[in-house]
Amino acid sequence: MQNLFDIFVKSIFIENMIFAYFLGMCSYLAISKSVKTASGLGIAVIFVMAMTVPIDYLLEKYLMKPGSLTWLSPGLADVDLSFLSFMVFIAVIASMTQLVGMVVEKFSPSLYNSLGIFLPLIAVNCAILGGSLFMQEREYNTLAEATVFGVGSGIGWYLAIVSIAAIREKLRYSNIPGPLKGLGISFIITGLMAIAFMSFMGIKI
Amino acid sequence: MSEKEPLLSKKYLKLVKDPLNENNPITVQVLGICSALAVTVKMKPAFVMAVSLMAVLAASNVVYSLVRNYIPPRIRIIVQLTIIATMVILVDEILKAYVYEVSKQLSVFVGLIITNCILMGRLEAFAMANKPWPSFMDALGNGAGYSLILIIVSFIRELFGSGTVWGYPVMEKLGVYNAGYENNGFITLPPFALILLGIIIWVQRSRVRKLIETH
Repeated sequence: MQNLFDIFVKSIFIENMIFAYFLGMCSYLAISKSVKTASGLGIAVIFVMAMTVPIDYLLEKYLMKPGSLTWLSPGLADVDLSFLSFMVFIAVIASMTQLVGMVVEKFSPSLYNSLGIFLPLIAVNCAILGGSLFMQEREYNTLAEATVFGVGSGIGWYLAIVSIAAIREKLRYSNIPGPLKGLGISFIITGLMAIAFMSFMGIKI
Repeated sequence: MSEKEPLLSKKYLKLVKDPLNENNPITVQVLGICSALAVTVKMKPAFVMAVSLMAVLAASNVVYSLVRNYIPPRIRIIVQLTIIATMVILVDEILKAYVYEVSKQLSVFVGLIITNCILMGRLEAFAMANKPWPSFMDALGNGAGYSLILIIVSFIRELFGSGTVWGYPVMEKLGVYNAGYENNGFITLPPFALILLGIIIWVQRSRVRKLIETH
């Protein structure tokens, strides 16, 4: 239990997808004009990550790791399918994204329209593939750990996009040089936020 | 593409020229930022990344544009990603066969190319509704626009962060270290890349006034 909690906190704050690894930047910058849309996209990302990381974990464990096919027959012990991991991970993510897209279109057409091209782009949101690849790299032992990691990273991403959206809503009232308005100042503020988040890096859990 | 229209007509050249400035994939369309941050500490990997991205983008744009009429819209994301992943693996294998040294450097970036949103963004926004030749031109233009930003960012970061250009120790040869100059370690960290991109956008938008956002 303690272990799971550690992974959870770590994936939200210390190893935040945006501020520590700079993954999922594109949609983070493009969809953060208002808190409402940002939190819609954030929830979609949490959902996709919470689904894909455990699924990829199972696929990795029972299909692709060297020697993982022994549950089929002992003769397959030396089969190594790990070169397929990119393709498999991407396929899982893409199908999940398509699913989320259909659900959002059905239940909230206005959110669907405001997300525009960035809804299908969740599929190439590097944070999500990054989540699966980190899961593979860190060799989590149980399904629970992988799930907690997926949910935690999703929440970390949500937190980041909602906070930048809140800051950008306030920025509308400040006197920024014209050419720097919008995208330019968001980049610079993200940079500053990232510096702030670097202070979490020293914490060891 | 009609037979009569020349291959390099104004319309097609515009497809190449626009993404270099007014419709730049990074600074205007906000695509492909993750890799712009990750590979721009040094110029060499940035250049390798830019070239391979352009190759993959051109190949997948053309392929997707060829099959665009046969794909049901519901499953298009999976098809797009399969095409991209196939092209990336193909490019990687070709490099391995002919220029092994480059491929060794590139192997780290394979994952980054697959998730580079420029690829899917362009497939979704352009190749889905256009014929192969314009799609190819569009890929060239966007690839070049992406490369341009990558080269600028990596040049500044390498020069002031590590004091070298393309691995050549410029700052040392100029003798500025003796005058008390020191490399700025902060520049090699990712947050600086964000701030630098913000400044590039600032400069670009003050030159191209119509890009200025009003809200």
